[in-house]
Amino acid sequence: MCGIVGLYLKDAALESRLGALFEPMLIAMSDRGPDSAGFAIYGDEVPEGWIKLTLQNEAAGHDWDALVARLQEETGASVDWFRNASAAVLKTRSTESDLRAWLTANSPHTRVMSVGRSIEILKGVGHPRLVAERFGLRGMAGSHAIGHTRMATESAVTMAGSHPFSTGHDLCLVHNGSLSNHNQLRRELVRRGMRFETDNDSEVAAAYLTRRMRDGDTLSQALEAAIDDLDGFYTFTVGTRNGFAVLRDPIACKPAVLAETGAFVAMASEYRALARLPGIHEARVWEPEPGRVYVWEQGTTQVRETGT
Amino acid sequence: MKTVSLAEHTVRELNQMLHDQARQLTEPEWLITDPDGRHAIAAGLDQELAITIEGHAGYYCAGMNQRATVTVEGTVGVGVAENMMSGLVRVRGDASQSAGATGHGGLLVIEGNASARCGISMKGIDIVVGGNVGHMSAFMGQAGRLVICGDAGEALGDSLYECRIYVRGTVKSPGADCVEKEMRVEHREELARLLQQAGLDADPASFRRYGSARQLYNFKVDNADAY
Repeated sequence: MCGIVGLYLKDAALESRLGALFEPMLIAMSDRGPDSAGFAIYGDEVPEGWIKLTLQNEAAGHDWDALVARLQEETGASVDWFRNASAAVLKTRSTESDLRAWLTANSPHTRVMSVGRSIEILKGVGHPRLVAERFGLRGMAGSHAIGHTRMATESAVTMAGSHPFSTGHDLCLVHNGSLSNHNQLRRELVRRGMRFETDNDSEVAAAYLTRRMRDGDTLSQALEAAIDDLDGFYTFTVGTRNGFAVLRDPIACKPAVLAETGAFVAMASEYRALARLPGIHEARVWEPEPGRVYVWEQGTTQVRETGT
Repeated sequence: MKTVSLAEHTVRELNQMLHDQARQLTEPEWLITDPDGRHAIAAGLDQELAITIEGHAGYYCAGMNQRATVTVEGTVGVGVAENMMSGLVRVRGDASQSAGATGHGGLLVIEGNASARCGISMKGIDIVVGGNVGHMSAFMGQAGRLVICGDAGEALGDSLYECRIYVRGTVKSPGADCVEKEMRVEHREELARLLQQAGLDADPASFRRYGSARQLYNFKVDNADAY
């Protein structure tokens, strides 16, 4: 069992309160996943030509100042950065491959959580309340956020094994369920040039979507293809730079509730997580149908039924 | 009428109050506010209480109900009125999966839609749904009636025993051993009574009846070679 939550704002006036609205949603799903938690938050976008990386290093006393100073000196990259608990967010005009290569060679325990123009992924082991407090979720601003509370079934309880998973620029995925053909899919995706950080089945789903979208699929098309290619049970919530999507497996093994008002779209494993959102009593609240792709992109709703 | 806010009391405290009250029966009417999707609200009641839940309830609302009338002025999560024995549970909004699962008796009315597995393994409960039901509804239904005023999803009545299903809209597909059957006078009368009890305005003549083809009841010795 795991918990999933997502909040996609349509009303820009709420963006300064995204973290404050989202934190209670994440904590409300602690019963479903008390061993670790994480969230992706989209906001504070860097200009075109720049990238933003979220790095994590859980070693106590890890010297971020020294690491970033060396990185700048040795790669020649100019980096704006800040630290957030065990994570650091770096903004640069340098390339992802240069930075990854340098980190792999010089600080192998520093992991890249996310890369993109908008996304930051913060996650860790511990009760969701502690994880949210550790990273100061409540004070964060942004346009949308996706979170996960984990009760591990398929792989180890570690920071790296917690959700969300990001496998491409600004794309992330959270998953409730388990996939049965992830090993085979992982091998196929590796052949097609995808890189994996963990043995986790959910990371395979994220990489699958990244690969499809890299080859030209829209988010909807990638999710429709996923229904045929991913075997197992799942409720997914997916974030992109300007999009938000929900998909449940055709058998509907795992729960999901959606709520929509003029100001937001919210998703959660259970309604409990939505109960404190402003205007929820006037919201349209419904259960997403199994095997149907729900996508919101830049405020437009696109719901397409798919074949299986 | 006694009002209890779940913003001020835990579900466990509320259910204890209801169970204590059930023995005394001095306060037959209750209003529950701020349910906010909490689980197991008003579960396990066994006296003639009338409970109104003002908002959305979570999983297993009014589960195992006997004799009580529970009305939810919102939606409910998984397993509303699961294993109900008697009484009336009414949901004004939609219900999630497995509504009325394994119910032995009583009436469950869902005025909105019910999702997958509505009435799974029903054993005598009557369920009336104002809207649509999801896939595998009445799966392995053994007794009772399921009335669907809207459409039914895939595999309706799969592996059905003696449950009777009435559908006004379309059936995406009947499940294994579920077939459409003749709508006789006694069925129209039975359906009219159920609709009237549920307070739903629908013409019994516009429904079709589904039931078991009774081909999966027993092991057929002719099939022994398959094993």
